[in-house]
Amino acid sequence: MKALATLLASAAIAVAAPAAAQSFVVTNATVASGDGSEPIESGYVVVENGKVSAIGSGTPASNLPAIDANGAWVTPGIFATLTSLGLWDVGAVSESNDTRAGGAPFSAALDVAPVINPSSQHILVHRASGITRAATVTLPSSSIFGGQGAVIDLGADPDAVTQARAFQVVALGEYGGRIAGGSRVATHTLLRAALREASANRAATSADIRSDEVLLTRFDAAALAPVVRGEQPLYVYVERASDIRSTLALKREFPRLDLVLVGASEGWLVAREIAAAGVPVIADGLDDLPANFEELAATQSNIGRMVKAGVKVALNAAAMENPRNLNQYAGNLVALTRMPGADGLSWGQAFAAITSVPASISGMGGQAGVLAPGAMGDLVIWDGDPLQVGSMPVKVFIDGVEQPLDNHQSRLKERYRDLDESDLPKGYDW
Amino acid sequence: MKKYTLLACAAAFAVAGCSTTGGDGLASASTKDWTAPVGKDGNAPFPSTYTPYPGRPTALIGATVYDGRGGRIDNGTVLFRDGKVVAVGDASLATEGYDRIDGSGKFVTPGVIDIHSHLGDYPTPSVQAHSDGNEATSPMTPEVWAEHSVWPQDPGFTRALANGGVTSLQILPGSANLTGGRSVTLKNVSARTVQGMKFPGAPYGMKMACGENPKRVYGGKGRTPSTRMGNFAVNRQMWLDAEAYDGKKRDLGKETLKGVLDGEILVHNHCYRADEMALVMDMAKEMGYKVTAFHHAVEAYKIGDLLRENDVCSAIWADWYGFKMEAYDGILENAALLRQADACVVIHSDDENGIQRLNQEAAKAQAAGHRLGIDIPDAEVVGWFTYNAAKAMGIAEMTGSLEAGKMADVVLWNGDPLSVYSRPEKVWVDGALMFDAMDRKRRPVSDFELGQPGEGDVK
Repeated sequence: MKALATLLASAAIAVAAPAAAQSFVVTNATVASGDGSEPIESGYVVVENGKVSAIGSGTPASNLPAIDANGAWVTPGIFATLTSLGLWDVGAVSESNDTRAGGAPFSAALDVAPVINPSSQHILVHRASGITRAATVTLPSSSIFGGQGAVIDLGADPDAVTQARAFQVVALGEYGGRIAGGSRVATHTLLRAALREASANRAATSADIRSDEVLLTRFDAAALAPVVRGEQPLYVYVERASDIRSTLALKREFPRLDLVLVGASEGWLVAREIAAAGVPVIADGLDDLPANFEELAATQSNIGRMVKAGVKVALNAAAMENPRNLNQYAGNLVALTRMPGADGLSWGQAFAAITSVPASISGMGGQAGVLAPGAMGDLVIWDGDPLQVGSMPVKVFIDGVEQPLDNHQSRLKERYRDLDESDLPKGYDW
Repeated sequence: MKKYTLLACAAAFAVAGCSTTGGDGLASASTKDWTAPVGKDGNAPFPSTYTPYPGRPTALIGATVYDGRGGRIDNGTVLFRDGKVVAVGDASLATEGYDRIDGSGKFVTPGVIDIHSHLGDYPTPSVQAHSDGNEATSPMTPEVWAEHSVWPQDPGFTRALANGGVTSLQILPGSANLTGGRSVTLKNVSARTVQGMKFPGAPYGMKMACGENPKRVYGGKGRTPSTRMGNFAVNRQMWLDAEAYDGKKRDLGKETLKGVLDGEILVHNHCYRADEMALVMDMAKEMGYKVTAFHHAVEAYKIGDLLRENDVCSAIWADWYGFKMEAYDGILENAALLRQADACVVIHSDDENGIQRLNQEAAKAQAAGHRLGIDIPDAEVVGWFTYNAAKAMGIAEMTGSLEAGKMADVVLWNGDPLSVYSRPEKVWVDGALMFDAMDRKRRPVSDFELGQPGEGDVK
């Protein structure tokens, strides 16, 4: 806690105007770069004009304002994929919740970018938990296609969207089957029809195709055209080993597809095939129950086994109660390395699975989720090991800008720090 | 694709209730001449057939021992035999006649207890055919018993044992109803029947729910209650009707309610909002019963003083928030602020995954307190998922702490149980070794999993 006190005292950086990228150096830090390597003791990070310019061990030659971390952990911001951050306020209050559009006439054309709310309390809460960027998307509901997700930052500014239309999602397996008409068979037929229609998108605009022969609206078909061309990744929600194989086989018909598997609870059973296909996975971290018949082989060792087989794996934030539990899940994967028969991840691998790997899968490789020269100045100074339960950020920077960490929750905490109402009701305590 | 709720919701129906311990001082005078019926053989129906499995006299030595009641012994010794804890002490305790297990660098706690689980009632696979947790056909179903829905083959029991060190758990009906029915307390042992898991001598609980769920479920059916005031009206009339019950013509629902009024059945009340909990406590005073614990009490921190004065525990998550309107004010500091007010804290799961990490949830809540300047010793935090849970379930005389004469429900952790990097290495239930990370045959595999992909895997 001494490190924490020192950090709080060194407020020099915090006085800079918000929204202006700062230049500074963090010294005397335990630096985890996010690239899969183990942490560096007594390290430093230099941030110039909003970008990381150097990291290393020892003391940098620099005249920039310095923050002495006093041994505390410094890391890239956590990159959360997949999330619904910015799309809702209260889950069960449907008016506030833009994560589903079951009655919409559109599917693949849906695009979250214009509706991300950077003032959402969930963005504020997760910023304070060390998440600096996220991939956000709606759930498939009116069709097996969920629409186009965006990469966002969690900064306290109006510009949340880092990359619009960064990927398209499609649900296969049990969930997709229910949407498509009642079975997996329908999903595959629908998917192929849609992709063929998209690849012949010119035809969809011509008058010689009768509307009842067209499964997609023109907008949806147009939205899928970059998927077929391999210019936009297609995230496929799939769990069962056989469904994973069928997904990988899609590339025989549509060779340019840029596939990403999401979920993949039985991925370990087909890990070598996934690795050979070069397809990355956004996997559910700790699933170990046969939650349904497509996850009979679920085990917490799934990710460790896939990584061992050479698969690029990120942790899926959608599979947990809150994305802010990503670090807890990653820590659990480290714990598995001490269990006979289990397969876990090293600390560096586990941390990469919530930083550089999801960033890379999201098209932000080398720019986000990593402390390396040229990367965005997204960094977090922690009050403890960032994979340990209970560790929280002391300072968060996004694009080199120090971020406010207060939110609805922190205000409630302060209001109810005591229950004293002897002078005035709690309503005046703000 | 399972839990892609993408932050958006927790299954409202899966969320359950709350209750209180004891019943001291509040027994209704009108019930003195009434005795709960028993079966024709003189026993309570569906009696437990659980008997402890054979164990070896065991001495755990050299570990850091948390006794569950705030005690910590470094380089401690825990002795158990014949299913019972014999002694807990330091390295000077004699261990002749015991198998010695070296716990150096490791930790020992009582078995973990989850006060709020739906395992068996909402088992995996989570298919409709398995959805047995809410008798959502009337806002009051005190006549249903959760044990009649429990599927003992739910693989979730084994994960809770192996990954969570869970040795006892309370299965509650869901929260669709204002009064959801009786809970059942189980020992977490693999069994062919639910009777084979029933915790011998555990009192029944009764699940109640206030707030959004009952009014949504029944309002959605176009019947009362459709508002919070409707919730209270239906509840109060139910208690008034129950009080008049004389038992001459058996009524299963009224038998349960009478059991509550007599203080024999503990009320576990699902309730999120502080103002609503205060109303429930007043209703309990009016009607002559006691709330043992509020479950999911995300706003408990706003009324720590009231909860302390009414001797009501708060069974809570560490960090769930925002998934429904009444969870909007959930904060990480809930447990720590309750503790600061000297109110009772229990960490619960209500979740087949969360039950595998109750220790980690407690650690998160502890850390949030630390940042607020409320330092809570590790040994006390362990009590949030052991002794305090047992107390609120009415089984603390038998388990929940490492004390001579109690059930030898024990976890040997391979590191600090409040660290994310630690896992249960061995788990004993009544002195029998029921999980051993070092022995793959000491890992139960449910009937459902036999012959399936991943059978017997580490999970």
